[in-house]
Amino acid sequence: MSQLHYALYTGCTAKQSTPELLSSTLAVAAKLDIELTNLEEASCCGASHLQDFDPFLSHVLNARNICYAEKLGLTMVTICNTCQLNLAMTKEALDSDPALKARVNEKLKEVGLEYKGTVAIKHFLYALIDDYTLEAISQKVTTPLSHFNIAPFYGCHNIRPSHLHKSENPYVPNSLDNLILALEGKAVDYASKNKCCGFHVELQANHTSEILAGNAMIDAIDNNADMVVTPCPLCHLKMDTYQDNISKTTGRDVNIPILHMPQMVALALGCSADEIGLKYHVSKATHIMPKA
Amino acid sequence: MHTKKVTLKVFRFNAKTDYLPYYKTYELEVSDHEVMLDLLNRIKWEHDGSFSYRRSCRHGICGACGIKVNGKSILACKENAFEMTHLFGDELILEPQSKKRAIKDMIIDKSDFWAKHEAVTPYVIADIDEHPEHENQISQAQLAQMLDADYCIQCGACHYACPVIEVNDEFFGPAAFVAAYRFAIDSRDNATHERLEATAQMGQGVWDCVKCFECQEACPKDIAPIEKITRLHAMQFEQKVAVSNVATRHAEGFVRSIKKHGFLDEADIVVYSEGYLGMYKHLTTAYKMIKAGKIHWNDGFPWVDNVPKSKNLEEIQKLIEISQTNKL
Ligand code: SF4
Ligand code: SF4
Ligand code: FES
Repeated sequence: MSQLHYALYTGCTAKQSTPELLSSTLAVAAKLDIELTNLEEASCCGASHLQDFDPFLSHVLNARNICYAEKLGLTMVTICNTCQLNLAMTKEALDSDPALKARVNEKLKEVGLEYKGTVAIKHFLYALIDDYTLEAISQKVTTPLSHFNIAPFYGCHNIRPSHLHKSENPYVPNSLDNLILALEGKAVDYASKNKCCGFHVELQANHTSEILAGNAMIDAIDNNADMVVTPCPLCHLKMDTYQDNISKTTGRDVNIPILHMPQMVALALGCSADEIGLKYHVSKATHIMPKA
Repeated sequence: MHTKKVTLKVFRFNAKTDYLPYYKTYELEVSDHEVMLDLLNRIKWEHDGSFSYRRSCRHGICGACGIKVNGKSILACKENAFEMTHLFGDELILEPQSKKRAIKDMIIDKSDFWAKHEAVTPYVIADIDEHPEHENQISQAQLAQMLDADYCIQCGACHYACPVIEVNDEFFGPAAFVAAYRFAIDSRDNATHERLEATAQMGQGVWDCVKCFECQEACPKDIAPIEKITRLHAMQFEQKVAVSNVATRHAEGFVRSIKKHGFLDEADIVVYSEGYLGMYKHLTTAYKMIKAGKIHWNDGFPWVDNVPKSKNLEEIQKLIEISQTNKL
C-alpha cells in the first residue's frame, strides 16, 4: 500500500482540553506510517454554535479551512465529530449552491483564497477503516484488547444526518464495533450506542445534558462495559469530566473510563503511556494500561 | 414477485387491561411490493382482529400511520417492507412512536404533540381586508423559503424521535419549530416577532435543542427540522429579538474568540457565556480539569489569553470583519 497522507484538522478541543486526543492520534498515525500534515492556518469550525449566530460567517470560515487542504491537494481528516459535520455541511452547501459559493468566494478573494470543492473531508475513524483497512490494522496489534468489554459510543455528528455519512446506518452503526473487534476487544451491544450525549446544551440546559449522558453511560454499564470509546472529544468531555454531577443527577454511579477512539487503537498498537495520555482524564482511566 | 419469510416482533398493550406491554411474534411471507402498513393490516386481518393502529390515506399525506421499526421512525404506508429488512435484517421490531404514551398497541396519546403545535399559533396572523381588490401575492423567492416546511403533515415522527422531548416537558420539539418557522418566514404574517420571542424562551425554545439530528433522520417528508431550528436561531439575531443570556452569548462568543485566536478559547467561552457570577457552578469542574492538566497553566494563567493562535490570524480577522452579518 502506498503511504496514506492527509491534511489534519485538529479542531480546538485537541489543542486544549483533550491533549491526549492529539497525542494518541499522532502516535497511531506514526505506528501505521500514515502521514498527517497539520493545517496550521485552520480556525475553529464553529462547533455547531457559530451558525446559530451567523450562518454566512460560519460558511466563510469553514470554506477557508477547506481551502488550505485544497492547496495541499490532500483529503482533510478530522478528529472530532462536530468539526467533521460542520465542515461537511459547509462543503455540501457550497457544492450544491453555486450562488452561495460565489458569495463566499467573493469574501475569500479578499484574502487571496478560493474555495473549489476539490477535496474530501473524513473523520480519522473512516480514514482508518476505509483507507488503511481493518485487516491491515489487526496485523499491527501487539496488545490485543481481548480482556476488555468495550462499549462503542458513536456520537450524533458522525452518523446523522445520514446522507453526509454514507457508510454508516445511523440506526445500526457498526464502524466502531468492527474496529473494536479488529483490535480483538469485545464490542458491547447496547441500545444507546447511537444516542446523544447532550454536550451541546451543557451550559443552557444542564439537566437535559446530564440525563442524556447518564442514560447512555448507565446503559453501557448495565451491559457490562469496562470502558466506553468514542470518536468525538465532545462526547468524551461530557462523559469523562462531569461524571460526579451525572451520578448525582441520575442517582446512579456512572464511573467508567471514557476513551477517545485513537487512544483505544494506540493501546492495542502498544504506544506509550505518555502518547495515550490517560492521565489527562478527569475520571480514573490509567488502570487500563497494561502493567509495564 | 419475490417473497421471503419475515419475523415481526410486535409491541402489544392495552392501557385499559394490561399492567405491562408485551411483544408478540408473527411470521409472515412478505413480498417485495408490500409496505409496512400492509403487514399491519395482515396481522389484523389474518391473525388478530384486536390489533390496533392508526391509518387513513395510505399515501403519506394524513400523517396517521407513524410507528417505529427497530427504533427508526417511519410512516408505515410509505416504507417498503423489503427495504426495512435490508436495513435491519429479517426480524423487525414494530413499536409505537412513543412507548410511554401507548394507549393500545401502535396507537399513542398524541396530545402533547398537538398542544405544542397549538402553542406556536400555526396559522397566518394578519389584518384581513374583507373586500380585497387583488390577490395577496408572495414572490417565488419568499415561497421557496417556506415551501418545504409547509409540507409537514404533523405525523409526529420527528417529535417522538427527539431525545429532549423525553427529558424536558416544556420543550416545543422539532415539529412545532417547523411550524413556527413556516409562519415566521411568511411575508403575510404579522406575528414574526412574537413567534421568534416564544421560540427564544429558555426551556421551551430552540436553545434547548441538543443538535442530535434525530429529527432530520426521522422526517418522512425530508423537511430537516434542525435546519429550521438553525434558521430560527439566526432570525433571533437578524431581527434583534435575541436577548443577552447564557445561550446567545455562547453562540456569539465564538466570533469573539475566533477573532482573537482563530481557535475557540474553551475556558474563556464558559466565563463569557455564564458571566463571572455564573461561574460558581463550574468551579468544581474547573478545579478537576486543572488537576488533570486539561486547562493549561504552562503558557500563563488560564483564561488569560494563553490559547494557541492560528497561522495567518489576520486573514481570519479580515474575513470576520467583511462577512459578519449579525450582532448581539
Ligand atoms: S436536533 Fe434538536 S429538535 Fe431535532 S431531535 Fe435533536 S434535540 Fe430534538
Ligand atoms: S416535520 Fe416531518 S417528521 Fe416532523 S411532523 Fe412534520 S412531516 Fe412529520
Ligand atoms: S396512512 Fe396516511 S400517512 Fe400513512
